[in-house]
Amino acid sequence: MDIAHTTDEARPWSGRALLALPLWQFFVVIAGGILLTTLWEGFARWPDDLVIPMKEWITRFFEWLGKEAAIGSYSFKDFTRAISDLLSYPLEWTEALLYRGIKPLGLPPIPWVAVVLGTAILGHWIGGWRLALFVGASMLYLSIFGLWKDSMRTLSIVLVAVPIAAAIGLFLGIRVTRSKRAAAIITPMFDLMQATPHMAYLVPVVVLFGFGQVPAMLATVIFAMPPMARCAILGIQTVPQDVIESGRMSGCTPRQLLWKVQLPTSKKTLMLGLNQVVMQTLAMVVIASLVGASGLGQKLLFSLQQLRLGAAVEQGLAIVLIAVVLDRLTQAYAYRETIHYSATTSFFQRHKHLLLFLFILIVTFIAANFHKELAILPKKMTFTLGREIDFAVREFSKNAYDYIGPVRDFITVSILLPIRDFYLWLPWPVLVGCIAVAGYRLGGFPVMTLTASLMLAIMLFGFWEPAMLTIYLVFSAVVICILIGVPIGVLASRSERIAKVTMTICDTLQTFPSFIYLIPVIMLFKVGDLSNIIAILAYATVPAVRYTYLGLKRVPEVLKEAAIANGCTPRQKFWKVEMPFAIPEIMLGVNQTIMMALAMTAITALIGSRDLGQEIYRALPTADTGRGLLAGLGIAAIGIIADRLISAWATKKKKNLGIE
Amino acid sequence: MSDQVQISCRNVWKVFGPDPAGFMKRHGGQPTTEALASEGYIGAVQDVSFDVGAGEILIVMGLSGSGKSTLIRCITRLNDPTTGEIDFEGNNILTAKPKELIELRRHKMGMVFQNFGLLPHRSVLSNVAFPLEIQGIDRRERNKRAKEMIELVGLGGREDYFPRELSGGQQQRVGIARSLAVEPDVWFLDEPFSALDPLIRTEMQDEFIRLQQLLKKTIVFITHDFEEATRLADRIGIMKDGRLVQLSTPEQMVLHPANDYVAEFARNAPRDRIISVKAIMEPAAQNTPTDHPVTGTDRIGAAAERVLTADHPVLVIDHEGLPVGQVDRHAMTKALFGAV
Ligand SMILES: Nc1ncnc2c1ncn2[C@@H]1O[C@H](COP(=O)(O)OP(=O)(O)OP(=O)(O)O)[C@@H](O)[C@H]1O
Ligand SMILES: [Mg+2]
Repeated sequence: MDIAHTTDEARPWSGRALLALPLWQFFVVIAGGILLTTLWEGFARWPDDLVIPMKEWITRFFEWLGKEAAIGSYSFKDFTRAISDLLSYPLEWTEALLYRGIKPLGLPPIPWVAVVLGTAILGHWIGGWRLALFVGASMLYLSIFGLWKDSMRTLSIVLVAVPIAAAIGLFLGIRVTRSKRAAAIITPMFDLMQATPHMAYLVPVVVLFGFGQVPAMLATVIFAMPPMARCAILGIQTVPQDVIESGRMSGCTPRQLLWKVQLPTSKKTLMLGLNQVVMQTLAMVVIASLVGASGLGQKLLFSLQQLRLGAAVEQGLAIVLIAVVLDRLTQAYAYRETIHYSATTSFFQRHKHLLLFLFILIVTFIAANFHKELAILPKKMTFTLGREIDFAVREFSKNAYDYIGPVRDFITVSILLPIRDFYLWLPWPVLVGCIAVAGYRLGGFPVMTLTASLMLAIMLFGFWEPAMLTIYLVFSAVVICILIGVPIGVLASRSERIAKVTMTICDTLQTFPSFIYLIPVIMLFKVGDLSNIIAILAYATVPAVRYTYLGLKRVPEVLKEAAIANGCTPRQKFWKVEMPFAIPEIMLGVNQTIMMALAMTAITALIGSRDLGQEIYRALPTADTGRGLLAGLGIAAIGIIADRLISAWATKKKKNLGIE
Repeated sequence: MSDQVQISCRNVWKVFGPDPAGFMKRHGGQPTTEALASEGYIGAVQDVSFDVGAGEILIVMGLSGSGKSTLIRCITRLNDPTTGEIDFEGNNILTAKPKELIELRRHKMGMVFQNFGLLPHRSVLSNVAFPLEIQGIDRRERNKRAKEMIELVGLGGREDYFPRELSGGQQQRVGIARSLAVEPDVWFLDEPFSALDPLIRTEMQDEFIRLQQLLKKTIVFITHDFEEATRLADRIGIMKDGRLVQLSTPEQMVLHPANDYVAEFARNAPRDRIISVKAIMEPAAQNTPTDHPVTGTDRIGAAAERVLTADHPVLVIDHEGLPVGQVDRHAMTKALFGAV
């Protein structure tokens, strides 16, 4: 592409580009919308008695499903009970192995020493000494800090849910690649599922399956399955043509082709899918403590509710460590190359890791019979810094809160509340109209109808106010995310060293379950709108950084050199050449940030808010499915609106710039 | 080369587009180039007919996008031709059921791919044994056969390596071994050497000739490289925009190109190694001297010195030593340097 064109195309955020948008349409919509409010109250605030009682319908439907629905003599209840039973088997076995012991046989669980060493051996097998050391030390932490049982509870659900979710995901992914019809049904469902926050899955599950480990696991499986399907689709579709054809020419039946050629060839992508399943599972298991799943998540929830921050920090760290361990192990496995042994390698040499583990297992099992502390570390031998941390936090708060408090109050009262009131005042015809105009300008009629009708639906089903509060929280947070994230991304793109550090931090932050971010926020800011926003910030800034970095990195060298040759100062080169080129990518990062921020609003409901997240949270104990589910879908809808608008914009922009 | 026909293609068309079958019907099975273009269809293979004899090496050439791969893929049914008929050993393969097709590929066809198409997760041995594994042949038997093939292509000792641990040339040797493991009747090669650098390419061509002398398969071979083609081919087919513009021996192609397009291909051909004395001789005159005659089946390169240094026409004889014609300096120069 030619340089003149790019530089001329120039800054999309400049006045010129804005003028290119027919602003007048927006003015008409805004003025018209405000005028309408003078004609009829309902244009300012949709009257309650005109709300479509979808909430009640759904709630009643699920109640009916749970209590009365039946096909012949089989009630739906029998069906859900059968699923529960089916799922509870593997779960009980895993729990027995990891921390309960097999009671009828009087067998103890696998000794913690064996688990710690076993994980380290696994780490060594997959990724060498460093990984072994890291995962071993992490597991050791769980035991020493007396979090072993809870960790094993959490891990049990993960270990059982992951294979199930992965298998279902793989199956669905294969279906999609095989049949157009399946693709037409499944793909949009995944889009919706991915935009719906964790918590929304919990409500219907509670209604149908009750509280406890198994329902938590079920919700987890449903939630964690789409990434596997996505990766399976991607993997299968990107197997090189030559490889597939060589398989066909070898005389593969379609089934052989799938299992012997396509799936093994896409191992790397599939393993990354598995990695995502594991991470999603863990994130969901932690949140599933809200429906009574015991384990680390529940302990953390209690600690937070009782403001026992010291304990919360230790439990949070345990979750983080488990997350990072699982992430590193699965990632390393994905990138691991099969090694070939020469024919002379002995059986012993080939299987040294497995043999070593078996040896340790047997020895510790026997030893644990004599020394109980090898099975599970007794409480008196564990260690905690809870009190010290509590003390430190209290001291810190006492001193720092004199400063933080007023700042928080000032920001809240003079900045956030006015913004919030503006969103709440905004008449719905104005917002819906603006969305429609933007949708039409960016993506034509289909985008316009989709986005505008989603927003309308939110209103008609009676979620306008919480939705506006969600939008207020999310967009306030996203603006700050961009203000922080984009400069960091720019900085990273200027220096390899900074890039390396930044990307490592980003990778690590992204493995943390969202729940974790509440801990420091509560410690520092207590509760309130600002805390919500900061929690969102902490969770959702990563994509803004990452995509900015990637976008700038992707600017072709020639373009930069040409800019220098044309006599650009570094500043001009950056603003007139690199930034315009990177902007579409950055916008996709912003898109991603919005998605994560929306997901986080559902979590921040735990520290109090009045948005859609709170609607879900409130629906949980009362098993008010309609309210919880629709609120969750409302969050998804906001996400989809933002996504469609931004993607349409980015696509257009990329086309103009001649990228892809 | 025997007279038995191994593959026979009749009026084969392969059209890409939204509704190829309907499109062909609307145009009575013979759409024009304009019709293709105006309705947005691509005529990748257009009305191609030819036979391949058993044991023959047929080389298909043509510019990029001329339809070579598509043609070969029609014969192997990796693509389904839009219209036309293709017989493989006397059976119409276009009506073959999926099961029959799989059987055909398992026992009669072998194919080598430009980018090797090796399975990255399998060792050399297991890659080569793959087609046998697919057929359900037991492990010991298939590993034995695979080992033989690996020896044959000169990779003995690397059975346990993975494709990524091999050089490009070695990977293609694996591809060749795999395609031969089922002992196919017909061997398809789609630009097997074009992903390799020139030195390795020559080495692999020699390897290929060695293998062919050993195995004597029917071969359909695609290449971009005319010199490669002349080294290997019994006959060369040249494609342009989906059509087969000329199908003849390399010698005929060099001496009598059907049009400028073909001539362009043949321009840099090593004529001295392609044209035989027979092709440029004229009937012997009564008084042609009989000393130091040249043999008719020799390439002109071998006879050039004798002919060019003689001040009279040189006698041409056949294998039994009987005179069949004569050749003079003028004819030799013309043949060596083309029509100047
Ligand atoms: N699946 C397909 N869909 C649409 N068009 C195709 C498809 N496969 C091939 N074509 C078109 O058919 C024509 C012939 O392609 P083909 O691959 O047979 O050419 P080729 O002679 O093998 O070229 P090359 O030397 O580059 O391999 C090309 O114009 C190509 O774009
Ligand atoms: Mg080709």
